[in-house]
Amino acid sequence: MESIKLWFEDFAADFRQNFIDEDRWKMLLEGLGVTLTITFFAVLVGIVLGVIVAAVRSTWDKNRTAMRPGIGKVVLGFFNWLCKVYLTVFRGTPVVVQLIIMYYVIFASSNNGTLVAILAFGINSGAYVAEIVRSGIMSIDPGQMEAGRSLGFNYTQTMLYIVLPQAFKNVLPALANEFIVLLKETSVAGYIAIEDLTKAGDMIRSRTFSAFLPLLAVALIYLLLVVVLSWLVGKLERRLRSSEH
Amino acid sequence: MKKTIKLVALALAAMLMCACFVGCGAEKKELVMATNAEFPPYEYVENGEIVGIDAEIGAAIAKELGMEFRIENMEFDSIITAVMSGKADVGLAGMTVTEERLQNINFSSSYATGVQVVIVAEDSPITSVDDLFDVGGYTIGVQLGTTGDLYSTWDLEDEGLGTVSRFNKGADAVLALTTGKVDCVIIDNEPAKAFVAANEGLKILETSYAVEDYAIAVAKDNTKLLEDINAALEKLTADGTIPGIIEKYIPSEG
Repeated sequence: MESIKLWFEDFAADFRQNFIDEDRWKMLLEGLGVTLTITFFAVLVGIVLGVIVAAVRSTWDKNRTAMRPGIGKVVLGFFNWLCKVYLTVFRGTPVVVQLIIMYYVIFASSNNGTLVAILAFGINSGAYVAEIVRSGIMSIDPGQMEAGRSLGFNYTQTMLYIVLPQAFKNVLPALANEFIVLLKETSVAGYIAIEDLTKAGDMIRSRTFSAFLPLLAVALIYLLLVVVLSWLVGKLERRLRSSEH
Repeated sequence: MKKTIKLVALALAAMLMCACFVGCGAEKKELVMATNAEFPPYEYVENGEIVGIDAEIGAAIAKELGMEFRIENMEFDSIITAVMSGKADVGLAGMTVTEERLQNINFSSSYATGVQVVIVAEDSPITSVDDLFDVGGYTIGVQLGTTGDLYSTWDLEDEGLGTVSRFNKGADAVLALTTGKVDCVIIDNEPAKAFVAANEGLKILETSYAVEDYAIAVAKDNTKLLEDINAALEKLTADGTIPGIIEKYIPSEG
């Protein structure tokens, strides 16, 4: 009994030192804000880039054989090649390395670390989103496109009103997965002196030298964020499925 | 179902055994030193090996105590945690004695003196340490968890006189300075000299930020090791070993 009481007193003292003293919990709160900001805008950048790249890649894949030779085919072929280079480079190198290169080399003149992080994570995520969206578009039966065209829609209209809505529903779980990964990947932002959630934990650790509580708190906050995110996606999935009846 | 339970039980047993192997080590014959080998000339990597003043002093102490010697390279802010948790026996990393650190670990007697200096660009408007306080509003680059970080946080950031950018490595803070992301870097004098020598267009301010004593970190419950180390330090200083090591890396002027 005595040892339990001692343990509890220790824990309380640790808790006070790590979170209450010098208002250290505020570091975590501010870090959480930075993490959420970076993730949110990186997701937006990723979606925009990903959809554009996916559109180019799937248009090329679906129409390559049917297209008449000419300037249109050459231009599309070129952009397809460009997209492939982008995918290779950004899926082929670790995001930490990309982040550091962006911060110290490409955007060397920018002092806004958060903006660099948003771009780095967004551009990286875009490569994964592109392949996810493309897989969704390719998974729709060609008969859907044929049906749309025979009803008088043009190519773009068929894409927007018939193919993409179905594709979106198919890729939602994979997209949610990508954004969960992105949220956790932002934890390396500390490499470029950004004070995100993980770095806030590191800062507390560097002041109090106790490893357990700050790390546990950081881990719990990430877990909570992911649980909430998964729950929201689950809700959206159920919503979309209800239209199938 | 039964098979699954058996498998789970087996896995648990295996884990327990592993835990035991890790926990029930034999008596220590090895002195493990935790450091962050990015702090020339105290510790840095040369030809794939960790060398420097701290590395050689650590090796000399281990030899004096009749122990094997091994260096663990890690982030600076992890060193004290590693020593506290027993992952390393001692921390030698140009570490200054501070109140906060003393609450968690013990320090040996001091074996070297360090000076915190300010690195700026050659054309910087910051011409003395006083400018940081009087003009204010500068961004200060530091290595996370170093005394430079602690001092600038307390003296400048908490007083609203500036912003502190905390990097994992001192070299990253200097890189940020060369690209203009921070206005100055507060770091120990010796690595500062190495950084300035390696990067064009940087200089060290003549006035220093603070003077401090370097010591060896030892876990609080390991008083026997602390006594042994202090005795060894005394002996190695008296017979000229430690002054020799320091002289080798930091030749005195003239």
